[in-house]
Amino acid sequence: MAKHATPMLDQLETGPWPSFVSDIKQEAATRAANPKGLDYQIPVDCPDDLLGVLELSYNDGETHWKHGGIVGVFGYGGGVIGRYCDQPEQFPGVAHFHTVRLNQPAGKYYTTDFLRQLCDIWDLRGSGLTNMHGATGDIVLLGTTTPQLEEVFWEVTHNLNNDLGGSGSNLRTPAACLGESRCEYACYDTQAASYNLTMEYQDELHRPAFPYKFKFKFDGCPNGCVAAMARSDFSVVGTWKDSIKIDQEAVAAYVAGEFKPNAGAHSGKDWGAFDIEAEVINRCPSAAMKWEGGKLAIDRSECVRCMHCINTMPRALRIGDERGASILCGAKAPILDGAQMSSLIIPFIEASGDFEEIKEVIENIWDWWMEEGKNRERLGETMRRLSLQKLLEVTGQTPTAHNVQEPRHNPYIFFKEEDVPGGWDRDINAYRKRHQR
Amino acid sequence: MAFISSGYNPAKPMEGRITDIGPREFTEFLPPVIKANKGKWAYHEILEPGVLVHVGESGDKVFTVRVGAARLMSVTHIREICEIADKHCDGHLRFTTRNNVEFMTDSEEKLAALKEDLSSRKFDGGSHKFPIGGTGAGITNIVHTQGWVHCHTPATDASGPVKAVMDSVFSDFQNHRLPAPVRISLACCINMCGAVHCSDIGLVGIHRKPPMIDHEWTDQLCEIPLAVASCPTAAVRPTKIELDGKKVNTIAIKNERCMYCGNCYTMCPALPISDGEGDGVVIMVGGKVSNRISQPKFSKVVVAYIPNEMPRWPTLTEKVKLIIDIYADNAMKYERLGDWIERIGWEKFFELTGFEFTEHLIDDFRDHAYYTWRQTTQFKF
Repeated sequence: MAKHATPMLDQLETGPWPSFVSDIKQEAATRAANPKGLDYQIPVDCPDDLLGVLELSYNDGETHWKHGGIVGVFGYGGGVIGRYCDQPEQFPGVAHFHTVRLNQPAGKYYTTDFLRQLCDIWDLRGSGLTNMHGATGDIVLLGTTTPQLEEVFWEVTHNLNNDLGGSGSNLRTPAACLGESRCEYACYDTQAASYNLTMEYQDELHRPAFPYKFKFKFDGCPNGCVAAMARSDFSVVGTWKDSIKIDQEAVAAYVAGEFKPNAGAHSGKDWGAFDIEAEVINRCPSAAMKWEGGKLAIDRSECVRCMHCINTMPRALRIGDERGASILCGAKAPILDGAQMSSLIIPFIEASGDFEEIKEVIENIWDWWMEEGKNRERLGETMRRLSLQKLLEVTGQTPTAHNVQEPRHNPYIFFKEEDVPGGWDRDINAYRKRHQR
Repeated sequence: MAFISSGYNPAKPMEGRITDIGPREFTEFLPPVIKANKGKWAYHEILEPGVLVHVGESGDKVFTVRVGAARLMSVTHIREICEIADKHCDGHLRFTTRNNVEFMTDSEEKLAALKEDLSSRKFDGGSHKFPIGGTGAGITNIVHTQGWVHCHTPATDASGPVKAVMDSVFSDFQNHRLPAPVRISLACCINMCGAVHCSDIGLVGIHRKPPMIDHEWTDQLCEIPLAVASCPTAAVRPTKIELDGKKVNTIAIKNERCMYCGNCYTMCPALPISDGEGDGVVIMVGGKVSNRISQPKFSKVVVAYIPNEMPRWPTLTEKVKLIIDIYADNAMKYERLGDWIERIGWEKFFELTGFEFTEHLIDDFRDHAYYTWRQTTQFKF
């Protein structure tokens, strides 16, 4: 028997898509039955009370969660988000309902052993509810009390050999697409990059020292499955310098209808026979392709590596061999000065080994941003305030036409004094000899 | 409840403490076929919606079944996922960036049993536990935020509207009929955790009333200068008022400057902003992250306000469905929603959808706004 009547939420149990309400109810029932005979360390009925408080929000259209408090684990400035309910008498099970963020493994592959250990910890010491995963990528353990925070941290580090993720004004948990593990488009090992940089910057991840949050995301190719260019202050996007590799026989097989275009992504509608002219050649954004006499040709010097032809004919076209990454900076969601997309800083950088080249860029950016950034100012906003050329300067990049969509719209140009013959100190008296007052 | 110690001693917090170990090394978790072919995959095919095969240069194959999931997931549900992965996938699985779960096997024989097992499992309420789909030119899972389940600033719920929208577009989760993938995202406030601002369809909770001011508590709960500095439109200023016969330091808000972003509330809990009458959802369309054919772009607002209609947000789901159907009928193959709209022109989009164009849809925020006004005589009557 449910603790609270939830007529509104019950209506979200029907329909085909997995119902989170059914799942929370299932958890509530499991905890009530307690098949393992656990001595639950936080209120047994917290899933019931979560449904109760959510039903209240469904009735009044307002949230019933207060501001986060300052809770955490000793020595860390992030990884735990304090959360208190504003109706604790009605819903004591969720009066204190803090979130713990755990650093997910790169690419989000798991073994069932790991997940079960995690479930065991969270069963005993938390609500039994999670997010798999949070928007940034962390495993989110949803809801526990303050006394359990150190206990969860101890168990997670000692028994699960895993650490907390980031929150607050620190490096946020890096995230990567699955990359080379299961994708033929990956131009570098995104998982290795994510893991390597996460380990390198543990201090920055756990102890906030920045003006605001800072996100790394690693996309293996310009398709951007982890949305690095939209979401991260420092976006690493795989690319290549040489020619797309062409298997002419496989191209012919697509043309002959033997292979399904786009790996079969359009199978739900009859789009007619594959037309390489219409679907590939004429769609090339930089008109870099030719189809003549049954042969496909791509002009490397005109190719902008948009991925369309490769996506459309994955069995015929492969990314080039001279692989690395482009670095773009400054993406963020709208809060506060409007949304920003990442801007191209480095057209091509090596992305292998220990990723030293990339780390050098990051550290130069941090030195500058920590000095110049205002409180709660994302890198993208600092760039807008102080200019792209400033970021290029601090990262040691020589500006190129690659950095801009188009050159400046005005002649309001700043010059350095040393770049102007004779400098800026001039003699007014000498001037007056040539020009009367 | 008897307190069970993990081993942590609060009197000696540094004793035996382990810190800064990071996540587990990802290679520990890779299935053998993935490990063996990493970096050496030749091509992939989508065999049917939700089912992929990746073929290695070695000739090895890995079959993947992708299933939808509610991002909010109980340990009971995770254990069931583990049970399935043990049964069919030698104890391996992965999650996707968009909160789907992927079960992988290197044997075509095991694939049929895996699919059948996943399809057969339902929650008591009748919904699928593991619907197969989310690939190709269809609709995959909606990335979303916490909403009323766990957040202090939302203007709408997240899990509820996501469930309602996914129910209404469910056939497209299991089909490839669309011209290109359609990525839907939902954020419960304009902080927009997740790439909502670059989605084909972005659903965003908004407030429409300026914050209230809890004068009695402002000075005790907040650093007033921080709250003042937090306002992007300079609507917040410090002030002193007479309260119960004594002067208190507090805050004043110029209502006409407020765009209800809630940033001051994040800085100062004495400025609550949410409001059952005023809050609701906007629909944004035409964003994308991929560089395919066209450049990444932001989503644009096409419906400035839809009230929160609990529990199933019927107006919202109906409008989302309408956008998808009109796009499916009109766009060219490979053309993302935003690319299609740019080709036909925004005036045409409003004509086709019947959405009302109001003053609320003209950008007036900072410098970005000017670049969105039409500066040509090229338009469609």
